[in-house]
Formats: sequence, C-alpha cells, structure tokens
Amino acid sequence: MTRRQRGLLVQVVLYAALAAAVAALALLADWSTIRQNFWNPDGVAWTDGNWGDLITIGMVNTVKYTAIAFAGGLALGLVLALMRLSPVAPYRWLATAYIEFFRGLPALVVMMFMGFGLPIAFQWTPPGGTVGAGLIGLILVAGAYMAETLRAGIQAVPKGQTEAARSLGMSPGSTTVKVVLPQAFRIVIPPLTNEFVLLIKDTALLFLLGAAADQRELTSVARDFLTSGPSAGTATSLIQAALLYLIITLPLTQLVSWLERRQRRSVR
Amino acid sequence: MTANTSTRSPEPGTPAIEVRGLHKQYGRHEVLKGIDFHVDAGQVVCVIGPSGSGKSTLLRCVNRLEEPTSGEILIEGIDICDRRVDLDEVRSRIGMVFQQFNLFPHLSVLKNLTLAQRNVRRRSKEEAVAIARQNLAKVGLSEKESAYPAHLSGGQQQRVAIARALSMNPDMMLFDEPTSALDPELVGDVLAVMKDLAQEGMTMMVVTHEMGFAREVGDKLVFMDGGVVVEEGRPAEVLSNPRHERTQSFLSKVL
Repeated sequence: MTRRQRGLLVQVVLYAALAAAVAALALLADWSTIRQNFWNPDGVAWTDGNWGDLITIGMVNTVKYTAIAFAGGLALGLVLALMRLSPVAPYRWLATAYIEFFRGLPALVVMMFMGFGLPIAFQWTPPGGTVGAGLIGLILVAGAYMAETLRAGIQAVPKGQTEAARSLGMSPGSTTVKVVLPQAFRIVIPPLTNEFVLLIKDTALLFLLGAAADQRELTSVARDFLTSGPSAGTATSLIQAALLYLIITLPLTQLVSWLERRQRRSVR
Repeated sequence: MTANTSTRSPEPGTPAIEVRGLHKQYGRHEVLKGIDFHVDAGQVVCVIGPSGSGKSTLLRCVNRLEEPTSGEILIEGIDICDRRVDLDEVRSRIGMVFQQFNLFPHLSVLKNLTLAQRNVRRRSKEEAVAIARQNLAKVGLSEKESAYPAHLSGGQQQRVAIARALSMNPDMMLFDEPTSALDPELVGDVLAVMKDLAQEGMTMMVVTHEMGFAREVGDKLVFMDGGVVVEEGRPAEVLSNPRHERTQSFLSKVL
C-alpha cells in the first residue's frame, strides 16, 4: 500500500465509524422519551407554553440588564483606562490595583457581596434591590476588563497622532477627546462586542441573587419552568432558554468576526 | 494669507528660532551635543546630515515634542523651556509637518483643517471653514475637502498636512523630512508647495534630503553629524565647496 492509499483508507474508516455511531444513536434512542423530556409539546406550545414568559420577561430583561451592565462597565472602564495611562503615578497605582483585584475575583462573589454582604453588614441595600445590587457587581467586574481593552486601544493609536495634535497647540485633554479616543474606540469595537457577549451570559448569574417575578432574566424564568408550568419536571425550558440565548449571541459573535476581518483589511 | 494673529510682535532683529547650547540625551546615549543654531524671521534654513545625526531631534526640540536635556530654546525671543510659558500657545504659532503626515484618519480633510482652529484659536465654524478652504486651494486640493485621508495619495496627504498647519496662521513652519515617505513621483508637488510658501516669506526650518530644494530655496544650509553642527553657510557654497571633511564625504554619497 502506498502512503496515499493508506491515508485514503484511514479516512474511509473514520467516516464509516462516524456514520455507524450516528445510526446506532438514531436507532437505539427512545425518541418519544427524549422529546417528552427535552422538547415537551406542552412546554413548547405557542399558546400556553413557556415561550411567553421566556421571551417577554426573561429575554427582554436579559437584554436590558446586559445593556445597563455594558454601559456602566464602559463608563467605568474608560475612567480606569485613562487613570492607568495618567502621568500622575497614584492614579496609575489605583487603577492597576482596582483592575487586578476585580479581574482576579469570580463575578459571582462580587455580585453576592453587593446583594447579600452589604445589606448584612450595613443594613443597606443598593438601589434596585437584589437585581440592582447584582448589576452593580457586574459593572464593577466588567469595568476592570473593559479598562484593559480600552487601554490597549488607546495605546494602539500611533504616537504621531498625539504629536500632530499637540504641535497644533491642542491641550492634552482635547487631544485625548478629539483625536485619540475616537480612533481608540474604532480599534476596540471587536473586543468590546466580545465583552458584550460575555456580559449577556454573565447576567445569568443574577438568578442566584433572586428577583421578583417580572424582574427575572432568562435563566431564572427557565429555572422556574423546571418545577412549574406546562413542562414541569422536564428539561424543556432550559433547551428553550439556550435557543433564545443563541438567538442573541450568535449574530453578535458573527458580527465580531466580520468586524475583525474588515479591520484587518483596512489597516492604515 | 490672513494677517498674523500672534499677540506679541518680537523686537526687530530677534531670530524666529534660536537654540543655545542644546543637549539631548536618551539614557546614556547623547543625541545632541551642544547645538547653537538660529533661524531668522523670513529665512528658510535646511538641515541635512546622515541618519542618526540628530537633525530630526533638533527640529522636534524646537516645539518641545522632545524635551531637551539642557540648553535654551527661544521662539521669537521667548525661552519656551521656562515653566511659565504657555507651551500650547507657542506651539499653535509653530506649524509642524511630519514625515508620516499624521493626518487624523477619522476626520475628513476639512475637519482635519478646522479642528485645531476651532479648538485652539476658538474661531467660529464659518471662519475656520473659510480659512481651511483658502489653504486647501493654496495646496491645490480644494476638490478633496470631504475626502478622508486614507483615500488620498501620500503626496496629497502631505499637502493637506501643510494646509492644516497653515490654517493656524503660524509665524513659522517646521518640516521633518516632509518628502522622505513619498513615492518619487509625488515629491515634486510637495516641494512646489513648500517653495511657494518660502517665496511668500514664511520662516521655515526644513530637515530634508532634498539637496535640490536646499540649493534652490534655502537661505542657509546646516550640516549636522554625530549630534553637532559641523558646517553651515549659504547652500550653494556648502554644497559645491564643503570645507569640512565630514561634509565632503556625506555630500559625495548623496549628490
């Protein structure tokens, strides 16, 4: 056998094994049980099924919370990034300490601290109840990550841009706002979109803090349908929630890779 | 050109740019080893020399894009290393043109020209646009005002960069190897704009490799090597009859 023939044989065997495995699964699986438990007809019914609450409460709140956490994280991240690049050393130290601290912690710990720790310690609940507390926790953590992204973007703007602006007599502040930041933001659009997708998934952590019925995000709604509602006792609502998450995240991840391709092409 | 907007008028006879005993060190590496140098008002001074001779560093010290290690830099008689001097105000009176153009890529050509006028000179939008258009016409690029830098050739970008600097109505212009990054066929247009400017009486300091420009337009030629001024004089004289050995060997390589 030549090397080429051997290679071909290996490929044929690999495909055959895959086909056999798929066929065996299809034949041996108990499809009605699977359907009953994972795609329960009562749960996925358009009327009186789980979709109504999953979409109008869960998905809407997930998007809403993500937007709030993203906007807050971006504002905080921008301040931290500028502090990190500040000529004033204590600002740099503060920002570095903050970033290292919050990037090293699980987001859930920070959220629970805001949701439970602060109320226990000070009898004080952040605005918005547990959801608000959780969102503040998310913002604190997201801000640390976004600060690093923004810092990289600011540093990626060529030094000549700052020099050109300063040589025209523009102040350091105006140079940053009018010349450096607009270019830095364009550079960080792909990684920031990625950050947005990560935040969408992190909002699921809000479930662990608990929320009023109409404040639940997608994972919480799905969790409640595991034990109540038309498909109680089956995993159907989790499959539905997964699909809804993908409907939000897949277009965004595609957008990121498109933006990245476009940016690679248009390197100045 | 519109009238000089500068608030102070220097004593007659004061050099536009005067550098005294300038040293510049990066760590232990000394790039400028005591430079004395001046450009009189209305003069075009070309600085030539091998790469690494410190000529760009000297030019960049003149508007303090590089911080001098020691020495004095006087712009129209004012020491700009003095902490009480408003550096941004001084810089706004010194136009600078870079080797890499450094246009703002996120702004249209017109916005490139109006940004600092609005932001630093506090001109009204109408006035800034009018001045920008005058200067675009001057560099022959009126039809490009809404283009973005990425859509212009290198030569066009450099002419826009010159127009951007001129829009601040500077008292003097610094050129840092303005044609070195250009394709050969685009060099002529940029040099033509610079020549026009010189003939209008603009004070210019030009770091360049264009000996033809230096000979034709320059009032003074300065040859630098190893962080010192080796020789200076009338361009035609220095170029055709260099006195110093280092000048001779450099010119024999480039001419």
